Amino acid sequence: MTFKTFKPSRREFLAGAAGLGAAGLIGARPAFSAEVDWKKFSGQTLEVNLVKSPRSDTLLKYMSEFEELTGIKVNAEATPEQQQRQKTVIELSAGKPSFDVVHLSYHVQKRQFEKGGWLADIGGFVKDPTLTDPGLTEADFAEAGLEFAKDGDGALRSLPFSVDYWIIYWNKDLFEKKGLQYPASFEELTKAAEALTDKDAGTFGFVARGLKNANVPVWTSLMLGFDKYTVDKGVLQTETPEAIEAASIYKRLMTVSAPPGVAGFNWAESQSAFLQGRIGMWFDGVGFAPPLEDPNKSRVVGKVGYGVMPKGPKAHASGTFGDGIGVTAASEKKEAAYLFCQWAVSPIMGARLLQAGAGVPFRKSILGDQKVREGVTMPGEWVDAVAGSGEISRLALPVIVPVTEFRDTFGVALTNLISGGDPAAELKKATEAFKPVLEKSEKA
Amino acid sequence: MADATAPTAYDVEGQPVRLAPNYWPFVLPALVVVLAVIVFPWVFTIWMSANEWTLGQPRSFVGAANYVRLWGDPRFWESLVHTLWYTLLSVVAPLFLGTLAALIFDARFPLRGFLRAIFVMPMMATPVAIALVWTMMFHPQLGVLNYLLSLVGIPAQEWIFNPNTVIPSLVAVETWQWTPLVMLIVLGGLASVPREPFESAEIDGANYWQQFRFITLPMIMPFIMVAAIIRTIDALKSFDIIFAMTQGGPGTASETINIYLYNTAFAYYDIGYSSAMAIIFFIIIVALSLVLLMLRQRMQWSEVKGK
Repeated sequence: MTFKTFKPSRREFLAGAAGLGAAGLIGARPAFSAEVDWKKFSGQTLEVNLVKSPRSDTLLKYMSEFEELTGIKVNAEATPEQQQRQKTVIELSAGKPSFDVVHLSYHVQKRQFEKGGWLADIGGFVKDPTLTDPGLTEADFAEAGLEFAKDGDGALRSLPFSVDYWIIYWNKDLFEKKGLQYPASFEELTKAAEALTDKDAGTFGFVARGLKNANVPVWTSLMLGFDKYTVDKGVLQTETPEAIEAASIYKRLMTVSAPPGVAGFNWAESQSAFLQGRIGMWFDGVGFAPPLEDPNKSRVVGKVGYGVMPKGPKAHASGTFGDGIGVTAASEKKEAAYLFCQWAVSPIMGARLLQAGAGVPFRKSILGDQKVREGVTMPGEWVDAVAGSGEISRLALPVIVPVTEFRDTFGVALTNLISGGDPAAELKKATEAFKPVLEKSEKA
Repeated sequence: MADATAPTAYDVEGQPVRLAPNYWPFVLPALVVVLAVIVFPWVFTIWMSANEWTLGQPRSFVGAANYVRLWGDPRFWESLVHTLWYTLLSVVAPLFLGTLAALIFDARFPLRGFLRAIFVMPMMATPVAIALVWTMMFHPQLGVLNYLLSLVGIPAQEWIFNPNTVIPSLVAVETWQWTPLVMLIVLGGLASVPREPFESAEIDGANYWQQFRFITLPMIMPFIMVAAIIRTIDALKSFDIIFAMTQGGPGTASETINIYLYNTAFAYYDIGYSSAMAIIFFIIIVALSLVLLMLRQRMQWSEVKGK
């Protein structure tokens, strides 16, 4: 289960490829190759199913450009993650989905989609010069993205769209007041969180997701610091000393240094608490950054530090998640649908994603483009955190079918820790409950 | 009448044939609808519950295995307890407050109609919108409720963010929304209460409490029972407010059968197991409703006997 992931060096990231130079300027060159007959499927109508997120918002915002480029009409629907996952799975398993293009979360759905055979093999399209822009090659995607997008037999089932690393947002003001430095290790992390906490003043050192299911990546990210994945070769590692140790750190952070009620917090509650300026550190996905720098929403504009996950006792790792966009196997307009996917991951759309801080594209040519980087509205530190996380990126959720059940079961154990549960006992209980579920799904 | 209007048809030889009045074609549309939307889904659910069936994976017949699994599933039993606790609280609280409100609104005072209209407004709001507003009000650091408590010197509460207080906090929302319904039903009852017994009671020297306890309450009891039945069924089925506010959390502290059922079916895609759960839950609801209906019968009987 080790994934070699995309590792842009800081230099690559900061300097960019000089060769691309002016040619890389958005708008200064034709964004889409003339060799591709973009209008070939003009007049067709595509149904597109997206997850509501800043990523899909970017697509929706520029949808008319795609329609103009191809003459294809797009009916796009963006629903919140949970509902979208249900809708797509139910429709896909029924065999007649109402959409041609589907947006999926790799870290939850990869294995499920593969087992169901729901996505079309688009490997052939990528190699077809009349359908594909010459810039779009498999080699241009970060390795983690390709691992996500290819099935067990190596067929390309989707295009990697956006990668998400987990970073630590930290409040520089609060750190300065206490004379603290950004933590370099887990030990320093817990100590800093405790030093920043002043319950009487309503200041807390740390916040992260406590809500069951949503909270699991917090714990698995800590586990990665002990060089341990939750599932290794089909065997649960959730009762190992490393897992228990990581859960103990989670418990300590969430009980000693986190605000009351954190057991019910998802990212939104954590974010709004951090925005108020009374939280020292917030651990979550890199894509939640834009509101922090928005003066209308944030009291911490200009005071936020963006830090790479500190080093664990055995490894330095950053939890990685990602989403992709693919063509359904049942679609009758596969080529047109593929054009849409290609547009969604195109350099211009990827640049917009990155520049707005809405997501990080998987394509190296976009990340390495100096001009793109200059247009990024987020502070330089944010880009550094993205690049730094990319170097130590590891998958934070197991690639199994019942990911949601995994998250629910262990999520409850983690929530119980916040209300006083014992890490070893809770993990044992959850492991026993989840073991048969995993075995059954692997057998099927 | 049927004979007089029965159509005359002709057989092959041209002889008139008198058709017997036959109405079954008129029943057919209703029958088809009932079969399609009530009977078929039920039979299908029962069939699914006898299968091991996870979406995206092959299906296999397992007989009663899903029911056996349910029996030994602690999460199911916990969710049953949560459901009953949630239901009990969200029946009793609105019944008490709704009856009280009905008694108040039954009295004559200025602006009564206007105030009544305001009182029933929560009932008209969308549950999910309400849930979102209340979630914000419950926020331990940013919510208005803790701010109000701080004004009177009460320490901050964690409301729906704490496993111990989550169910009562959810019930508070449910109560806020559905007390007006109970009020309306009981108010209808109060309007139909005759005035004479009160006059006699006053002559006999009964005080206000005695009048309420021995005349008003027995007379409006059947209405309260109707409200109780409606509230019980509603509370058992409650999903929207809980899902939008806590999704069954923290942990599984507010996970009712409905939420667990939903998770099993639409998050784990375990269709067979969730169907078994749906059937057991349906049986529980029917059983509880029957008990309440029986109670209601007895109430009416005692009312008649009282007269």
